Amino acid sequence: MIPLEFVLMLAGLLFALSVAGIFLNRKNVILLLMCIELMLLAVNFNFVAFARQLGDLNGQIYVFFIMTVAAAESAIGLAILVVLFREKKSINVEELDEMKG
Amino acid sequence: MTLTEILFYTFSAVLIVAAVGVITARNPVHAALFLVLAFCNSAVLWLLMEAEFLAIVLVLVYVGAVMVLFLFVVMMLDINIAQMREGFTRYAPLGIIVALLVIAEIASVVWVKRLGLEEAAPAVFAAGPDYSNTRALGELLYSKYLYPFELAAMLLLLAIVAAITLTMRRRRGAKQQDVAAQVAVRPQDRVRLVKMQPEK
Repeated sequence: MIPLEFVLMLAGLLFALSVAGIFLNRKNVILLLMCIELMLLAVNFNFVAFARQLGDLNGQIYVFFIMTVAAAESAIGLAILVVLFREKKSINVEELDEMKG
Repeated sequence: MTLTEILFYTFSAVLIVAAVGVITARNPVHAALFLVLAFCNSAVLWLLMEAEFLAIVLVLVYVGAVMVLFLFVVMMLDINIAQMREGFTRYAPLGIIVALLVIAEIASVVWVKRLGLEEAAPAVFAAGPDYSNTRALGELLYSKYLYPFELAAMLLLLAIVAAITLTMRRRRGAKQQDVAAQVAVRPQDRVRLVKMQPEK
């Protein structure tokens, strides 16, 4: 049987790696989106691990909803990315300064 | 060490390697493929953690739909990889420090504070041979979580509409139907009845 601590550490490691990925690839919007997907996966790992540990299926329901939201988010994010590339011929984050924010 | 543990540790190691591949891959296509590997490994780990339905959904929805979408977009866009890699080494120390901080925080919560879960909860709930994870999830989803479930469906509809309206564009010179003009057509405008002498 797999100890709960190990699963939590695995999820934490995955989350830390995706945070590092956001710092490393801070120019490429596609890789930023991928790192966000990886983060959501790490969070889902926690829900699944606790659902198993506590024998409570509500945790798995939450994973279901997180996956729904993540799918919607990536679809809209990629659509925005495609429109952005059509306008500017680039997806470099540093060139997105038209609004002077 | 049982077979389950060996499988679990092996697939966890591959998962971590795949995650490292995602964040360090030079080519975005390789990053997307590493992410597919990570999702497949997570599906196996979820199977081992008795979340069978979610594991299958992860493969079908993520690997089958979301990652294919990512791959399409990556291949459709003409990305200047060298320009994108600028600043990779410059921000690497900061990224590694933040990652180590996150790991240290989680380790302190998990190992030092111990959560108190071992005493509070039964170790693992034992499922009988005729237990179905899908059935149990479905019963919960269609009773207690019915409204959230329908809200999730609305959210997906919203995503469809948003994605289509964002990316739709009118091409110049494309031939299109004008439905209003078609409906407004009257027979007297189109057909002209001509009286003429019969031919002999």
